[in-house]
Amino acid sequence: MAAVRTSSEIGLNRVAIVAVLVVTIIFLAPIYWIASTAFKPRNLATTIPPTVVFQPEISPFVKLFTKRSQMRSPPTPEEYAAAPWWERVVFDGGEKIVRDGKGQVQWSGYPSRFLNSLIIAITSTVLAVGMGTFTAYGFSRFKVKGEADLLFFILSTRMLPPVVVAIPMFLMYRAVGLNDSHIGLIILYTAFNLSFSVWLMKGFMDEIPKEYEEAALVDGYTRMEAFFKIVLPEAATGIAATAVFCFITAWNEYAFALIMTNRRAQTAPPFIPSQVGSGLPDWTVIAAGTFLFLLPVAIFTFLLRNHLLRGMSFGAIRK
Amino acid sequence: MATTMITTLDRSSRAAARGLSDISIRNLFIIPTVLFLIVFNIFPLIYSLGYSFTDFRASTNAPANFVGLQNYRDLLNDPFVWNNFAITAKYVIVSVAGQLFVGFGVAMLLNRDIPLKGLLTTLLLLPMMLSMAVVGLFWKLLYDPSWGVINYFLGLGNFEWLADPKMALYAVALTDIWMWSPFVMLLSLAGLSAVPKHLYEAAAIDRAGPFYTFFRITLPLVAPILMIAVIFRTMEAFKTFDLAYILTSQPTAELISIRLYKMAFQEWQTGRSCALAYIVLIMVLAITNIYVKYLNKVKER
Repeated sequence: MAAVRTSSEIGLNRVAIVAVLVVTIIFLAPIYWIASTAFKPRNLATTIPPTVVFQPEISPFVKLFTKRSQMRSPPTPEEYAAAPWWERVVFDGGEKIVRDGKGQVQWSGYPSRFLNSLIIAITSTVLAVGMGTFTAYGFSRFKVKGEADLLFFILSTRMLPPVVVAIPMFLMYRAVGLNDSHIGLIILYTAFNLSFSVWLMKGFMDEIPKEYEEAALVDGYTRMEAFFKIVLPEAATGIAATAVFCFITAWNEYAFALIMTNRRAQTAPPFIPSQVGSGLPDWTVIAAGTFLFLLPVAIFTFLLRNHLLRGMSFGAIRK
Repeated sequence: MATTMITTLDRSSRAAARGLSDISIRNLFIIPTVLFLIVFNIFPLIYSLGYSFTDFRASTNAPANFVGLQNYRDLLNDPFVWNNFAITAKYVIVSVAGQLFVGFGVAMLLNRDIPLKGLLTTLLLLPMMLSMAVVGLFWKLLYDPSWGVINYFLGLGNFEWLADPKMALYAVALTDIWMWSPFVMLLSLAGLSAVPKHLYEAAAIDRAGPFYTFFRITLPLVAPILMIAVIFRTMEAFKTFDLAYILTSQPTAELISIRLYKMAFQEWQTGRSCALAYIVLIMVLAITNIYVKYLNKVKER
């Protein structure tokens, strides 16, 4: 194509470049709007025409992390001067930070929900990718009776709508006391991601030449040693890509978390929407919570973009 | 030569004797995963199959009474449930068609020498990496009739997106299209880059027009991978819960999974909802089967 280039082709290319740029801007606009709202003063969050240029503030994040109440009377100048900067930010909004009897600052629910999300997503990712890697190696290297059927069975576990599985799981968890527990969600997300992990890892394992381990076996390695010392390092890229996909799924999951948790083990996805309530919501605080929650995935996507592109088309083409 | 053969064989067989045999390694690697999936996927399904024949309510301690096929009969005769299925079908068609159109279109634009192509592709992937529930919440603000940015930039005045019964489902589908067109784009790009360049060169020599080239070369060769995108997105759209549940409470946008959730966890009709879950499950399996058969046909061509 590049060999013969007519002027109309070059013109067409320019049009395409402009079109791609426009599409990218449209697709990124909502994300930009979340990010910018997270740094706005409250009164600028819902203005028409929309506020694009403003003095960024950190106050939404202070409000996100603390429990606040309306102030009956404004703080005295001494109180105001003695308060740390983050408390003044809350004073400026006509609120004060709630403290317990000992004067300890009361945290909002957000930090603990964020931590729950981290614990549950990371643990279930490690489990799903670990088991998935072993199983994929098993399928890739050894003869398994009814291999195609077993692999289809593994994939089919992912076809079920979460709500369908959630009803019996809810009853079972209630019976054994796993409701609203970290372990309960970790098991669910591991089961959910495992099928994906097996399929994706099998694609990567098939790419690693069998000769590598065979040479190691001849050198006196056991099969296990060959797997850990030769195959695993070769599969590192695939493991990284699979891990990111599993993490993103577990991190973003909503339906199971909504049904299976209410306080102790609740993750951020059901928590953030529950904060909107019925009155006039403070969109800057919601945007701050959303922004922080999206940040890990956005950073991941960006750092591992090349692996992601490869892993993604891999899994898709093979399925 | 012969002696080295013997020693290597000897060493490897000694190593094998030291470690586990291949068969036990295979079993060790595969059986736990299969068991795990059976316990946490198949067992719950059997459990709920049992409940689907009862009038069990998880909110009371009353014992479950066996009612036979009554739940299934009631559900299949319930016009409201059929309406939920019709809404779901409409949603799946609109959002998958939208994603196919936008995703493939953008892939066609990107499939040429464009500066910063890798960066733009990555940026375009961002929406699908984010949480549907949390992003959906924020789209509520974007859609707001009085201070939403969408109405402002499109000059729509006080247009109601989510509160209008006629519009709500399409508004949800639009957000879904925004989120998942990147997925179709990614698969299409993989498919487009696999089309052999010499076919285009041959077409150029034959002075084939752009339409002929597109419909005779590009589309047929990309069709299988587009089909895969359609399968995946249909399955996912059929399962949609969080996005619609968060964005709107309009009954005209009540997808079957939302109906199922309400029946099970708000009305606490556990037995009945188990039966509905089974009906949904059978439908998903049927749709997937039809698609997979069709995919194999497309691939054979």
